Amino acid sequence: MPDVRDVGALMSVTYDIAARDFVRAGEAANKLKRLLQQLGLDPAVIRRAAIAAYEAEMNIVIHSYGGQIKVDITPESIEIFCEDSGPGIPDIEKALQEGYSTASEEIREMGFGAGMGLPNIQKSADKFRIESAVGRGTCLQVTILHEAGE
Amino acid sequence: MSSCRTRCLVSESGIRIRDIIDAIEARLLTQPSHMDRLVLSVCGADLMSDVLAFTKAKTLLLTGLTSIQVVRTAGVVDLAGIVFVRGKRPSPEVVELAEAEDLPLLVTDYPLYEACGKLYCLGLKGCSELDPGGRTGECLTSGT
Ligand SMILES: Nc1ncnc2c1ncn2[C@@H]1O[C@H](COP(=O)(O)OP(=O)(O)OP(=O)(O)O)[C@@H](O)[C@H]1O
Ligand SMILES: [Mg+2]
Repeated sequence: MPDVRDVGALMSVTYDIAARDFVRAGEAANKLKRLLQQLGLDPAVIRRAAIAAYEAEMNIVIHSYGGQIKVDITPESIEIFCEDSGPGIPDIEKALQEGYSTASEEIREMGFGAGMGLPNIQKSADKFRIESAVGRGTCLQVTILHEAGE
Repeated sequence: MSSCRTRCLVSESGIRIRDIIDAIEARLLTQPSHMDRLVLSVCGADLMSDVLAFTKAKTLLLTGLTSIQVVRTAGVVDLAGIVFVRGKRPSPEVVELAEAEDLPLLVTDYPLYEACGKLYCLGLKGCSELDPGGRTGECLTSGT
């Protein structure tokens, strides 16, 4: 169950993401999307946030030992923080390349493993930061501004 | 052999699922009220990341995959529905989730290429044709 707290202008919600749980995988991103819709945010902003959260959620399910996604909604932006407990990414630059994937055949049969998740997150984000330590885990921070400068 | 004639069934607001059913001899796996849902464009894909990157609002996805992840992906980008090609039927859990998400599911015996071709002939466009040069994240329609 996500924990939703409305602290004045800031709303914060946290989703626990279990590794290898392919039945529930994607639930958090769908819940986040519904929450953002209830808040009446711009559909284009919602779409970018939902896509980034979903790709990040699937990466935690597929590639990690499990983790959390915390989302802060402020008057300026949607901040998505993802954290998992390993195994970490040895070569981040490679992982960010379109088409690079270490996903197994089993994962590919489910429609993942194109090596497009991290690039999709980057494209959806106004700001994007990734940090990873082998053996410890991966952190992702995605910022989506309500008013993208376009 | 019938040629590709544009029958211009597609109006400004799109085309109904019932016309899609006629065109590709599909069966509706979810509730009958889904017959009247509107579709604006079509995408054929087996990679979820591609679906996320390239579809627009009210896009109908044609796919050979029947995993529950297809329904989750559809929810994230508000697809208009999913057509499973080559007669592949999803498991009852997948249909159940789609019902809960109010997402139309269809199955056709045609392979991906042929099903896409038949829909293209109706005048339904691909996602890139709807919004040329549009980047990821842009939404064609406002509101849901
Ligand atoms: N949270 C993570 N923990 C460990 N490794 C990761 C994590 N996220 C990504 N990776 C590594 O980075 C690679 C690229 O990730 P990316 O999301 O771009 O592609 P993918 O998940 O393999 O395929 P797709 O996202 O297209 O389904 C992965 O194959 C994996 O090796
Ligand atoms: Mg991925």
